[in-house]
Amino acid sequence: MNDLSLVVTILRFGFLVLMWIMVFSVVAAMRRDLVIGRKAKVGQPTARQARKHPELIEEAPPAKVQARQLVVTEGPLAGTTLELSGTPILLGRAQDATLVLEDDYASGRHARLFPQGTRWFVEDLGSTNGTFLGGSALTRALPVELGVPVRIGKTVIELRP
Amino acid sequence: MSQLLTVAKPRRNTELLLIIVALGMSAMANALVNLNLGRNFDNDFYTQIAILGGLALVFHIVLRLKAKYADPVILPLVIALNGVGLAVIHRLDITSGDSAATRQWMWTSLAVVAAITVIWFLRDHRILRRYTYISLLISVVLLILPLVPGLSAGSVNGATVWISIGPFTFQPGEIAKITLAVFFAGYLSSNRDLILLAGKKIGPLQLPRTRDLAPMIVAWLASVGVLVFQRDLGSSILFFGLFMVMIYVATSRVSWILIGVGLIVVGGTAAYQIFPHVARRIDVWVNAFDPEYIGAAFGSFQVVEGLFGLANGGLFGTGLGQGTSDKLPVANSDMIIAVIGEELGLIGLFAILCLYALLVARGFRAALGTRDAFGKLLAVGLSFAVALQCFIIIGGVTRLIPLTGLTTPFLAAGGSSLLANWIIVALILKISDAARRPIDVSTADNSKPTNDQPLKEVPSP
Repeated sequence: MNDLSLVVTILRFGFLVLMWIMVFSVVAAMRRDLVIGRKAKVGQPTARQARKHPELIEEAPPAKVQARQLVVTEGPLAGTTLELSGTPILLGRAQDATLVLEDDYASGRHARLFPQGTRWFVEDLGSTNGTFLGGSALTRALPVELGVPVRIGKTVIELRP
Repeated sequence: MSQLLTVAKPRRNTELLLIIVALGMSAMANALVNLNLGRNFDNDFYTQIAILGGLALVFHIVLRLKAKYADPVILPLVIALNGVGLAVIHRLDITSGDSAATRQWMWTSLAVVAAITVIWFLRDHRILRRYTYISLLISVVLLILPLVPGLSAGSVNGATVWISIGPFTFQPGEIAKITLAVFFAGYLSSNRDLILLAGKKIGPLQLPRTRDLAPMIVAWLASVGVLVFQRDLGSSILFFGLFMVMIYVATSRVSWILIGVGLIVVGGTAAYQIFPHVARRIDVWVNAFDPEYIGAAFGSFQVVEGLFGLANGGLFGTGLGQGTSDKLPVANSDMIIAVIGEELGLIGLFAILCLYALLVARGFRAALGTRDAFGKLLAVGLSFAVALQCFIIIGGVTRLIPLTGLTTPFLAAGGSSLLANWIIVALILKISDAARRPIDVSTADNSKPTNDQPLKEVPSP
């Protein structure tokens, strides 16, 4: 009888231990899942994983570099640079524009560059001759990537890091 | 661009391992009950373990086939809880001569089959969104059913929440929990922007427009209706809490919480003044240790005995089958937490609470991971319903709040609750599968805007 009660006692505590083993093994199983969102990357993929899942290596965009300068590459003002701050930039012939274009083909208030998050967007303000981003006319605000030419009349500007 | 950051692993083998631990827990609990109460290890013991193991295995295989990327820890957690519940009900049966455990086994099997059916036939949780308003209709019907004269099972323990069909009784309100969550999720994911943008701002609070308040008023009236006509305080709190959390998650406006709390205060005070059964609940709660209340019918005997039981259990518990809580009325449903607390002690009770916490956390994780607003809201709503239900009943048993008749999910004896909660688990598993499944980069699916995932519009300056 004494033996049995010893066994029962051991089992009783054993059960409590087992319950906690269950809890901790669940926690252990979800350990790698605790990081949420974009930073959930865990280490580099091994060679074998890379072979099986090529999409892992192509590795998304290189670290985002913020645009710091606006450079005029063509047109009457070619060579002008403008430091970018966080404020929107008005481009046109009007005297209150941030960058006053001496360009007969540009409208008074031609286009606007504005920051949104980490990117800059360009938007046409109803100009006569239109604004071209990388060769196509703008119909709505679009993000401007680094080095992509934006044409306003005969002036071409681009963003540089 | 692919959102793939690591190789997406199905992790079904992890699940299998955890299921084995969970089944071990269940078997050991049953064995301890038999040992402590001097029962033989007859065939019943082995068949029951085999049934639970078989059900778990079938579910596991269905997940492998139909929801390969579903969360690997949810199923083991639920099996562990259900298994411990079965053992405790079996233990209470032995001392009270009831046959609740057999019924619970039947319902467990039925519930698991229902959950498997959901996993198998529900291709995508977003399909449910089409049935937003049908869900509302079903919820209303389900809530009214217990009041229909032919079907109603009458007033049981003061609440009219049961229907009886032939020899079976069923609590339709449990299923209404799910359909209401589907309705709220569908409604809020479609109307979220409207609710968010309109309204005036007073100080730091953005107040909603009056007409956007309508759904909240409807939810409030429904909860009050449940309280008045069915006399079911627990479900009433559950439904309103569910709506409040879902609208808060959808809009992240604190004003909704304040309005909701205001409505609760108004409704609660009115109910306390007008309805004697509500006032009685509160009185019993406040004066629980008053001998007058302990002795009275519908008095505090249950709660007080439960508390004594918890105290008797101490840190390590008396051991399964050795407690005194089996004398409690409805020990195997409302008061099952008190029995567990006595016989497994604080350490065991906390392990159970941890299992619940992990389960709810995994539901929230699925909500964070999934990419459509409807899925997010549904997962949050369903997990929160489980959490709130635990809070209401465990809070009631430990006398933190007045005791109301809700079942402890998965543990307590009660077929409808078991069925509803297993279906909830199936839905959460399905959503987590959608959340963890890698996006197929080969098809140009990503570049096309869909209803649920519109391409980000460029904000106008």
